[in-house]
Amino acid sequence: MLHIDMWKRILIVLVCATGLGLALPNAFYGPVEQHNDAVAAIELRGSTAELEAQKALWPEWMPSGLVNLGLDLRGGAHLLAEVQVEDVYASRMEATWPEVRDALRSLTPVRRQQSPADELRVRLNDPEKMAEALQIVRGLARPVVTLTGAGADDIDVSGAEGVITVTLSDAERMSTDERTMQQSLEIIRRRIDEVGTREPTIQRQGAERILIQVPGIGSAAELKDIIGTTAQLTFNPVISRGADENANPGIGNMLVPSLDEPGAFYTIEAAPVVTGEELVDAQPSFDQNGNPAVNFRFNTTGARKFGDYTAENIGAPFAIVLDDEVISAPTIQSHIPGGSGIITGNFTVEESTNLAVLLRAGALPAGLTFVEERTVGPELGQDSIDAGKVATLVAFVAVLFFMFASYGLFGIFANVALIINVGLIFGLLSLIGATLTLPGIAGIVLTVGMAVDANVLIFERIREELKTAKGPARAIELGYEKALSAILDANITTFITAVILFAMGSGPVRGFAITLGLGILTSVFTAIFVTRLFVVIWFERRRPKTIEV
Amino acid sequence: MRLRLVKQDTSFDFFSRWKMWLGISGILMVIAFVSFMLQGLNFGIDFRGGTTIRTESPVVVDVAGYREALAPLELGDISITEVFDPNFRDDQNVAMIRIQAQEGQEAVTSETTKAIEAAMKGYEPGIKFTSVESVGPKVSGELIQTAVIAVVLAIGAVLIYIWLRFEWQFAAGAVLALVHDVLLTIGIFSELQIKFDLAIIAALLTIVGYSLNDTVVVFDRVRENLRKYKKRPLNEVLNISINETLSRTFMTSVTTLLALIALFVLGGDVIRGFVFAMIWGVIVGTYSSIFVASAILLYLGVKRDWSKPDANAGNQYANIDA
Repeated sequence: MLHIDMWKRILIVLVCATGLGLALPNAFYGPVEQHNDAVAAIELRGSTAELEAQKALWPEWMPSGLVNLGLDLRGGAHLLAEVQVEDVYASRMEATWPEVRDALRSLTPVRRQQSPADELRVRLNDPEKMAEALQIVRGLARPVVTLTGAGADDIDVSGAEGVITVTLSDAERMSTDERTMQQSLEIIRRRIDEVGTREPTIQRQGAERILIQVPGIGSAAELKDIIGTTAQLTFNPVISRGADENANPGIGNMLVPSLDEPGAFYTIEAAPVVTGEELVDAQPSFDQNGNPAVNFRFNTTGARKFGDYTAENIGAPFAIVLDDEVISAPTIQSHIPGGSGIITGNFTVEESTNLAVLLRAGALPAGLTFVEERTVGPELGQDSIDAGKVATLVAFVAVLFFMFASYGLFGIFANVALIINVGLIFGLLSLIGATLTLPGIAGIVLTVGMAVDANVLIFERIREELKTAKGPARAIELGYEKALSAILDANITTFITAVILFAMGSGPVRGFAITLGLGILTSVFTAIFVTRLFVVIWFERRRPKTIEV
Repeated sequence: MRLRLVKQDTSFDFFSRWKMWLGISGILMVIAFVSFMLQGLNFGIDFRGGTTIRTESPVVVDVAGYREALAPLELGDISITEVFDPNFRDDQNVAMIRIQAQEGQEAVTSETTKAIEAAMKGYEPGIKFTSVESVGPKVSGELIQTAVIAVVLAIGAVLIYIWLRFEWQFAAGAVLALVHDVLLTIGIFSELQIKFDLAIIAALLTIVGYSLNDTVVVFDRVRENLRKYKKRPLNEVLNISINETLSRTFMTSVTTLLALIALFVLGGDVIRGFVFAMIWGVIVGTYSSIFVASAILLYLGVKRDWSKPDANAGNQYANIDA
């Protein structure tokens, strides 16, 4: 009658023990966290006595996974950035212009026309040669390598009334967008890693957005300063220098201010000779006068372009432009073949160090707009944790007492199962590395309240069956059997809503969905298997003639 | 001696006035809807964009003074509310400053935030800014959209599940009860003008889950009793089922409410609105599973003979006793 196979018993006990073992580190959050940090630090930078001492705070053979605390509990900053992928179209067009000009040079002289940023318009001096010109420009197109756009070219070329219009093709735009996003993600990740904060979350969200969460940082503004600087470094030919900020630079040129000479403006060619993307290294250093400067080195293609340009333009001025400001405009003294150089300016040591970091990490390919930002101070987070702890404890005690008062011994079984249940939730959360948020704590408290539901269903059913069934063993068995369909239906429907919440929600809401969903799984498990095991073992030992539930 | 919330064998007649209960529920839903249409919800920045700053200072909050300090910045509509909570220390005076979304900006700029913080520091040097949140109008629009989709999806998914496991009349009853619960919750948020943000959507979906849990337990018993009492009229079968499950209904509601009330009182002001929604939802959800879901079932009628598979109405999932 009432019987559970030995292997099932062992399995149930094993599952509980594993879950509780995984949950255990969370009870010693501080030491375990220090231990984990120390292990990571030793891996990265080698061992020191201090790190070893921290590592010894938690035994090596114990599980050391922790529940991550969300920003609302730990404090930190959250940013949602939208990448302006169109920026890249414009710089692609900038790069295409010299190519088109050079390709058509032998055919007919061309002039660049005013156009939207993502288009290149070129007027032919001799409109009669349109057909040949179109063919030459189309010849510049390269095939796009994508899964769907196989065979497509990267540019669309059309001509009318002596003007050739070049735009990026749709397939190329898609693959460019994809690359832009990947690059942005990678660069933001590197910049944040350079600052070295713990467990940042950097995720792509949707087509054009990046979610950045950094625990422990003081404010979103600080975070923006780290990732928001574009550090777009270019080397452009200088056309003239003046003091008029409204001067017309002419098509294909740009007017940019000087960084350290107020009132000075340079007219430079918009198409750069070399860009920061071709840098392989940048280090803070000092120039021959002992002023802070940044040393840099180009990769092979960059070095070749730089070498060729300097060889051809000895004596001409040359602008080093960072984020649309001229850092310095030295005159080319000689051919620079090695591909390395030095940027001097009125830097402080700190500035030169920062600049080197930014240059190393690379420039963001496109601008960022921040569409959502949240900062939670550590005090508020700590207050929330404290409040959550007290509330969970009180809720726990109230429910435990209430269950005991209502169901006596069976209530105690349910209570032990409830404690195991909460342990299992924490174990699972640590195992999957989920993040606990304030609504997540609410989810746990709610689970504490609702987890007893399955047991209540069973116990109430046993009470009913006791009135009609023959003997307590049969009543218990029928109770479990008949309550099962209600338990499953009720919990599956709640689970469905938890899944939808998880899929649609973000941030704290998602944290809530995770704890709610896991809570449903563990509470069904504990009700159907754990309390049943207790009841069966108790029944085998005592063999009571009558029971009271 | 056991604690019994509901005495052993009850035989309350829940359906002698079922039309009246349905009527009352209907009227409440209309009131909630009218309130929503007239007053609208007090949307948080999640749904309408803007910035909130939470301040903490050792000096008692002076709302008028704060307002004056921020007036020169010309930020448009500013709302300042003092926050009270029993958990606060004596020298912890908290206020929330809410600023509307600024013209032509997505999220608030660092300069604006800094200007606000400087102005407040000038007025009250000991002030701290424990949280700053800013949501651009583009994101808030999307958040509303996803929230509505989430609630509709949840209700839809549940409709299908219950339809598969029971009969369409059960599904209709359960879903109407859900709509009832969601509408009444939105109604009370509109009536009391409690801040309605993303967390409340999570609460709404949980209410959907909870209410359903309750309804499904009753329906499960109805299904069982329909097999057991083949000749009794439907209202009697429903009555028996509800009476039989009454003890469980109360036990579960009370344990859940105990936990939620603990959270409401002690959990801090940050999630109070969220917990309030859930408490309200548990009460409304418990009510609706009896007086709305079951009453609808009575109104629609159900297939009576569950012993033989029915070629027309049945489906292969209905008889799985998992």
